[in-house]
Amino acid sequence: MALTADEVRYIAKLARVALTDAEVDRLGGELSTILGHFQVLNDIDTSDVPPTAQSFDLHNVERADVTRPSQPLEQVLLNAPRREDGYFRVRGVLD
Amino acid sequence: MPLDASHLDLTAHEHAAHLRAGTYTSRALTEATLARIHAQDGALNAYITFTDDLALAEADAADARLAAGDAGPLTGVPVAVKDLLSTQGIQTTAASKMLEGFVPIIDCTVVQRLKDAGAVIVGKTNLDEFAMGSSTEHSAFGPTHNPWDLDRVPGGSSGGSAATVASRGVPLSLGTDTGGSIRQPAALCGIVGLKPTYGRVSRFGVVAFASSLEQVGPFARDAEDAAHLLGAIAGLDPMDSTSAPVAVPDYTERFGRGLDGLRVGVPEAFFGDGLDDDVRAAIEQAIADLQAHGAIIDRSVALPAASAALPVYYLIAPSEASANLARYDGVKYGFSVTDGRSVEDEMAQTRGRGFGAEVKRRIMLGTYALSAGYYDAYYLKAQKVRTLIKREFEAALATNDVILTPTSPSVAFRLGEKVDDPYAMYLNDLYTIPVNIAGNPALSLPCGLSQGLPVGMQLIGRPFEESTLLGASHAYEQVTDWHRRTPPPLG
Repeated sequence: MALTADEVRYIAKLARVALTDAEVDRLGGELSTILGHFQVLNDIDTSDVPPTAQSFDLHNVERADVTRPSQPLEQVLLNAPRREDGYFRVRGVLD
Repeated sequence: MPLDASHLDLTAHEHAAHLRAGTYTSRALTEATLARIHAQDGALNAYITFTDDLALAEADAADARLAAGDAGPLTGVPVAVKDLLSTQGIQTTAASKMLEGFVPIIDCTVVQRLKDAGAVIVGKTNLDEFAMGSSTEHSAFGPTHNPWDLDRVPGGSSGGSAATVASRGVPLSLGTDTGGSIRQPAALCGIVGLKPTYGRVSRFGVVAFASSLEQVGPFARDAEDAAHLLGAIAGLDPMDSTSAPVAVPDYTERFGRGLDGLRVGVPEAFFGDGLDDDVRAAIEQAIADLQAHGAIIDRSVALPAASAALPVYYLIAPSEASANLARYDGVKYGFSVTDGRSVEDEMAQTRGRGFGAEVKRRIMLGTYALSAGYYDAYYLKAQKVRTLIKREFEAALATNDVILTPTSPSVAFRLGEKVDDPYAMYLNDLYTIPVNIAGNPALSLPCGLSQGLPVGMQLIGRPFEESTLLGASHAYEQVTDWHRRTPPPLG
């Protein structure tokens, strides 16, 4: 199966990754090759097989509902590329 | 007798004995270790960050504990950690431009446990970006070189951690293993590397790649050191709900039992096309040695679904990665493009320019596998085959104590040889990936040399039976000396 350039651009949009035209070309070929190798899975009968999400089932892991101090604001904002008045700053979402 | 250069070649348990006997102090050992790893790094590029100040402070604290008689097996011993593990106040990059300069505000649980044990953390080691790769060539900080041949890769993704232990820079290090990223570099560098059972070790504070597959584990030069390091980091952590409520044994508990009666399953499917003849010969010799010392070899083990493990892995791991790496948006930390046209454009440009080629490839693959119309055909199908692989390992290990395979189909390959062919690179992990999918523990230990390059064999065990793997390895080390072979001195 071969991915078209439009399909690659659509996936990149879903993933929020800006790609150059050269990257779109290269990824189209590489992903098509990789997906081609995956077709062997179609030959395996899984009609009565449940999916496994995690290898050793742990269910309903809970902790006591107790309050505790959060990280200090200054620490939380320590690595922020842009900050203002104790907040992370981002470009306006609405114009 | 003061510290001399030959002491730097000792194992951690030998250091522990000398530190307790007062032959030398942890400060002397740490200063000499730092000098050696700094000197070696021009050739190896095993480290992204050295932590000299932290190390010397920890060494002094360890010397105080040693003087007070409050020392464990790691107290005062130098350890390096993969730069995927968060370290409070110390840059943690995941070998990505995306996280260059990022300074965590916490220690991950395993680093905290190392500190509690009195270990001396000397640096953060190089890796493939976000642990995605098998050669450490996908690092934003340049490739690591294999100490056995500087023109070759050390394996990956934990290549820096493996190279610095193999070159006798440090006796111990930590890596992470999502599809072979501890075992494959251990094999290619001629040392011991162990991937614990899924859930055995806390992942809290470890930069996330594929959450249902990855574990932190030890690199060491023998089974005893690996046992001590695993013992220090294993166990339930309230901060990681996937860590298992299973008691941590003394991982040396099976030492001294020998190989007599050890039931070893050998799946022929792991010896087929793609396995180098020299590697095959070394593994067959190891099997013969085990048998000669009383192990019972079972060649009837069949793991048919495991042959589909590679596609299963390259659907599940990128899918999980595409979700885990969604957090890198240039807002909270890390690399950030701030001159885009809109908030969405800035995020896309941040990710387009901050991530390297392999990371983008896997995010794209995972996003595709999870997207509308393809989920059932790819991701759900992979999870169902995962069930079959897990069942096969359960069946094979019902009648065997361990399963033995090659760790990697070849010895260390040349830098640049596979970096432009993603699928050829993925095939390096053919024998290690099935184990992450099933969740079992496995280790690689040195079992031969091929044209001067190390060969590793993989032992796979039942869930939470790391002691069996370490006991078998220790017994093998008593009758062979592959773990004592050293690469040529650097420079």
